[in-house]
Amino acid sequence: MATLSLRGITKRFGTTQVLHGIDLEVADGEMIVIVGASGCGKSTLLRIVSGLESASEGQVLIGGRDVTALEPAERDIAMVFQNYALYPHMSVFQNMAYGLKIRRLPKPEIERRVAEAAKLLDIGHLLDRKPRQLSGGQRQRVAMGRAIVREPHLFLFDEPLSNLDAKLRVTMRAEIRRLQRRLGVTSLFVTHDQVEAMTLGDRLMVMHQGRAAQVASPMEVWAKPADTYVASFIGSPSMNLLPGIMAADGVVALDGGIQLTLPAPIAGATGRSVTLGIRPEHLAPAPDGIAMQVELLEPLGSETVVHGRMADGTALTAKLLGHVPESGELMLRPDPAWLHVFDRETGQRISA
Amino acid sequence: MSQSAIFKGVVVPYLLLAPQLLVTAIFFFWPAAQAIWQSLLREDAFGLNSEFVWFENFIEVVTDPTWLDAAFRTLFFSAAVAALALGSALFLAVQADRNIRGATTYKTLLVWPYAVAPAVAAVLWLFMFHPNIGIFGRALNAMGIAWDYKLNGGQAMGLVILASAWKQVSYNFIFFLAGLQSIPKSVLEAAAIDGASPRYRFWTIIFPLLSPTAFFLLVVNLTYAFFETFGVIHSLTQGGPGKATETLIYRAYTDGVMNLNLGTSAAQSVILMLLVVALTFVQFRFIERRVHY
Amino acid sequence: MRGRNIWPHVWLVLGVLIFSFPIYITLIGSTHDGATIGRGDVPLLPGTHALENYAQAWGAGGGRYMGTPAVSMLANSLAMALLIAGGKIVISLLSAFAVVFFRFPGRMICFWAIFITLMLPVEVRIIPTFEVMVNLSLVNTMAGLVIPLIASATATLLFRQFFLTIPPEFVEAAKIDGAGPMRFFRDVVLPLSVTNIAALFVILFIYGWNQYLWPLLIINDRGLETIIVGLTKMIGGGDSQNEWNVIMATAVMALLPPVGVVLLMQRWFIKGLVETEK
Repeated sequence: MATLSLRGITKRFGTTQVLHGIDLEVADGEMIVIVGASGCGKSTLLRIVSGLESASEGQVLIGGRDVTALEPAERDIAMVFQNYALYPHMSVFQNMAYGLKIRRLPKPEIERRVAEAAKLLDIGHLLDRKPRQLSGGQRQRVAMGRAIVREPHLFLFDEPLSNLDAKLRVTMRAEIRRLQRRLGVTSLFVTHDQVEAMTLGDRLMVMHQGRAAQVASPMEVWAKPADTYVASFIGSPSMNLLPGIMAADGVVALDGGIQLTLPAPIAGATGRSVTLGIRPEHLAPAPDGIAMQVELLEPLGSETVVHGRMADGTALTAKLLGHVPESGELMLRPDPAWLHVFDRETGQRISA
Repeated sequence: MSQSAIFKGVVVPYLLLAPQLLVTAIFFFWPAAQAIWQSLLREDAFGLNSEFVWFENFIEVVTDPTWLDAAFRTLFFSAAVAALALGSALFLAVQADRNIRGATTYKTLLVWPYAVAPAVAAVLWLFMFHPNIGIFGRALNAMGIAWDYKLNGGQAMGLVILASAWKQVSYNFIFFLAGLQSIPKSVLEAAAIDGASPRYRFWTIIFPLLSPTAFFLLVVNLTYAFFETFGVIHSLTQGGPGKATETLIYRAYTDGVMNLNLGTSAAQSVILMLLVVALTFVQFRFIERRVHY
Repeated sequence: MRGRNIWPHVWLVLGVLIFSFPIYITLIGSTHDGATIGRGDVPLLPGTHALENYAQAWGAGGGRYMGTPAVSMLANSLAMALLIAGGKIVISLLSAFAVVFFRFPGRMICFWAIFITLMLPVEVRIIPTFEVMVNLSLVNTMAGLVIPLIASATATLLFRQFFLTIPPEFVEAAKIDGAGPMRFFRDVVLPLSVTNIAALFVILFIYGWNQYLWPLLIINDRGLETIIVGLTKMIGGGDSQNEWNVIMATAVMALLPPVGVVLLMQRWFIKGLVETEK
């Protein structure tokens, strides 16, 4: 068990810089999910932690030990790959034992560890099979098993669930979380799926264009997104982002003419160009609300997502409980406690 | 491949490459360079002195009417071998493709001549067409056709072509059949529903889809006919009667090995190398195109 | 429908007959005595002299020009074919591994140096190569027969092509497992290459066995004569008075090993054939 520290990690491929100085402190036993759209640098960051890629600048410390210059095998880590990378010509047992064999562990020890991991993952009956004889979920478990038997200081997951079908993904997600808690191994988990990120992580690191846009607990990321990118990336459907201006320290005037009062004033903000964020689920029908012309309904059962336009033509999405008329006008009022204000230029959050 | 998927080190890869690079340098590049160098030299009659003569050897080769004859003969021979081997292989492959049930059996029965060495193929055909002891040779003579490939140049050429093509059909058959079987059946069914007759379907759908394979095979067959048929000719006719079956490769061999004429033989080798370079280039241009599909 | 379906079979059977006939008549020829064939009365049915013909070919050889026993020539051909096939596979595996799984200065130059040998078939470089052989005193040796044929761009390219399809994650997983390059080669690359090696072996065995021009040049010691060259030497000028019965028995023995390999390993043979030409 160990902590992980990243200090000023940058990475350049030729002239293109993909990581612009990442800092991160991971506590012992913590699960950090690195989430972002494809190309944001999250996989590169994971590879730098693993030692498969080297950073252009910066340091990686595992358990306080600087491992920046070490080979992957010397870092005491284990990795679960997106395509599992199970050796097709080896049995499940051989796949799991391979790393231990190279480390010249005594045979009984190898067998003990594999048996334990197999039991933990419920794959004991599969040990003699070849990877091609396994289902996707079983392969996933074997890949986990291969990581577990190493008893590493750090688990690295590189989108390990993205090759599974939707239902299995949910099951395996819960299982990984349970396992990680039980083993208490510090973990980094890379994904592009925000639901996976929210449900798995003790904390999230939302990455955008090679930078950490926000590092915080899932609820905090959702409740107080650090910038408009995080705001729109986390949450489904995406947060409504409406251009406006601060008419007073506590009042936002939308470009469409509507004025909304913030729960608490922001000192000295008057006159600033801002983006106002309202999550669709924080809009509720109210007679004195904003008028929205309904264009499209997406019934989800207990809720309905409503797409429409405000009087000035700006698109607006709301997530409402109960029945919604298929067309016509709705009057919606945002919950003032859940208004997010961002600087329009920088996209950074302004309100506390 | 990204940096993470490769191993570090410089010494190890060079050690791994060493055997191949060594053999390549000693037995490929050194002789090839020698050939080019010698093609620019001329030795005196006793092999004591040699003189740098620029392209005189080349000029001598290509202006020699007997060499030009050999060049045209090679062209005719190669075209005939390729046409015969490709045509019959395509015909048989189409037949085999029509009934999938028997295709594997026929494949087994047609595939093995590939393994017969060109020189051995020549022996087999010689045994059939020998004027005195060959079953067909005697039959032809009995029918009043004066058959003796050792005297009649045309007959010799015909026999060499047959023996060379016979061996190559298996190869073409395998590729044509693979090409035919990779044509999606749905395409043919769609054409059948459109009302195209089998013959029409063959020429408008199967043949165009097969043309990359056919073109590839054409290059392979030409290369085969240029170079690998040396064994057939050497063991069947020795280039004769006269020079009736002397191809370019056979000519280079006689000039270099029999007549020990190093300069012109080297010049011929260089010309043949250029030919292979051209054929390889054509082939790779084509493969590149195929990859992009 | 039924009536039309018979034609493909007719054509194919005809094709098989035409293609098999040369072999058939050779087999027949090897079972009669020399006099029968010399008279020109080759029957279409097997004779009774098979045993003695094969025994003579095997132990003593035939023809008045030379009498190298087939057993010795077969042994030479087998050694040559196995050494060429094995050697090509080994050096190609190693060099393809180096080119695909390492990045080192000069890598592309090495790759092209190997690639370019595609354009130098043995037939076009016979005379200069022969001189090199003389200088290295490799004439009339098994090493001289085999080594110049052992470098092969085709095999290297095939293995390179195959190695490129090995998922990069395998390398990464191996690195995390602590496997070095040679360990990775032995534990992962080699086992994964087994079918490719088998396929290539069939093709290269045939290639090696059927070599003609090179042994013809490099070997004039009867003790190293290969069966293909030995066979054509037995024929000489194609004299009717040749011991055709023994020659035919020798021909059968000359074509049996490669044909046998093709028939027994047909699956790999076709795979090898199709893949080396990609």
